[in-house]
Amino acid sequence: MKKLINSPDTVVTDALAGMAAAHPSLAVDIENKVITRAGGPTEGKVGLVSGGGSGHEPLHGGFVGYGMLDAACAGEVFTSPVPDQMIVATKAVNGGAGVVHLVKNYTGDILNFQMAAELAEDEGIEVVSVVINDDVAVQDSLYTAGRRGTGATVFAEKIAGALAERGAPLAEVAAVAAEVNERSRSFGVALTSCTVPAAGKPTFELAEQEIELGIGIHGEPGRTRAPLAPAGEIAAIAMDAIAADIPLDGDLLVMVNGMGGTPLIELYGVFNEVNRYIAGRGARITRNLVGNYITSLEMQGFSVTVCRLTDTLADLWDAPVDTPGLRWGR
Amino acid sequence: MDAEFFRAWIAEIAAVVEAQRDHLTQLDSAIGDADHGINLSRGFTAVQAALAQTDTPTPASVLLLTGSTLISKVGGASGPLYGTAFRRASKALGDEPEVDLPALAGALEAALAGVQKLGAAREGEKTMVDALAPASAAFSKAVAEGASSADALSALTDAADAGAQATISMQALKGRASYLGPRSVGHEDPGAASTALILHALRDVATAQAG
Repeated sequence: MKKLINSPDTVVTDALAGMAAAHPSLAVDIENKVITRAGGPTEGKVGLVSGGGSGHEPLHGGFVGYGMLDAACAGEVFTSPVPDQMIVATKAVNGGAGVVHLVKNYTGDILNFQMAAELAEDEGIEVVSVVINDDVAVQDSLYTAGRRGTGATVFAEKIAGALAERGAPLAEVAAVAAEVNERSRSFGVALTSCTVPAAGKPTFELAEQEIELGIGIHGEPGRTRAPLAPAGEIAAIAMDAIAADIPLDGDLLVMVNGMGGTPLIELYGVFNEVNRYIAGRGARITRNLVGNYITSLEMQGFSVTVCRLTDTLADLWDAPVDTPGLRWGR
Repeated sequence: MDAEFFRAWIAEIAAVVEAQRDHLTQLDSAIGDADHGINLSRGFTAVQAALAQTDTPTPASVLLLTGSTLISKVGGASGPLYGTAFRRASKALGDEPEVDLPALAGALEAALAGVQKLGAAREGEKTMVDALAPASAAFSKAVAEGASSADALSALTDAADAGAQATISMQALKGRASYLGPRSVGHEDPGAASTALILHALRDVATAQAG
């Protein structure tokens, strides 16, 4: 697998250095692998921190900026960051109004953020953690580690970011993030696996005519393997899984997200199918994202995330945002 | 067993996880995200660097530095879980410059308790607990029955190996492998495999020092 890297050991730090050079609005602490807003914390504003393994770009570092995250912690590829990083980030964004940690529901992320929240409390910073667990492919049961945090993370970061930017208090910012999570569901499909730089080969193999249904975002296998089919059929499988879990009615925010290796021409084709599916159910897509937002290196595939909007959530979605990954209204 | 013995154990772990890095990564590809070998290798390299720069006069101080460094350097689930295991073991050993077999047995029990409290895994869920729990139990039993160091450590690693092998037929109920449901069956759990390696390293160092 050919990769455009210098060495597996420097992939993350090279990328962070590149982000720092490309985006003067970001302050990149390469040693701690933490990205914050160049202007520093806003006094009196709730700080919003997220983070996770690298390899999902633009998530999370690309979402640091006005109207969205205050800080992102970058772990090694597909590996959660460590509490030390999260404490650096939490202190850096503390404007005296508390900090929200947005945590994707993976064991590593949960454990490390849990440790960090305890350390932050010891330092007198009030932290509220919100767990994102929108993926419908995994049963939330006693028999699993729970549903994974996937596309809804992007929605939560944007919407909670907007509310924080308006000066809302800690409990409300956390509550709106939890509300977004509760009203969102996702499902992902892979046409290929991906190659972790240090591993040197794909995490799993798919035959020419095979796809993987119910994938996560770390290149891991999904729930089941299936034969390749036209985009319409695959989109319907994803949408059926979501529709089985939440009502598809009213106004919806929909993201058709590329896993990193799928071209826009295909993503737009999938969005067309999703749009038709939703219209067929009598609902309307009133806000959307089509592109690479929460990726898995060069994996080919897509995920779809649907959020049942309210007027308030739609208004917060529309609020101005200025980050490398999302920018409107400014 | 003094601090030097424990430093030798950690050094042996570092060597073994480096040697078995690809194997552990392979196990973690089948039912995970292909980073377990890489993560542990990075973690124990950092531990070795920390031990080289820091005075560790007691066994407990060696294990504490190990655990804290793992938490700071590994990430994922392995960092907090192994980090906590070593830190809890450290706490159980107190300030003695040398510790005996019963103390070591107590330390392993404390490590297991720490891991189970943090990760909430029980035996049978296809995790590191499936190697650590039987290993700790076998070791404590052998020590209580007055077994020699060699025999007790043998019991330790035999149980760890059997436990790791037993994970093959289990369905994962914890961690990333649990997303696969029934598809996780038929693969050895990477965390159980690395736990067995870590305990083998303990036995190998003891054997080398005795011989």
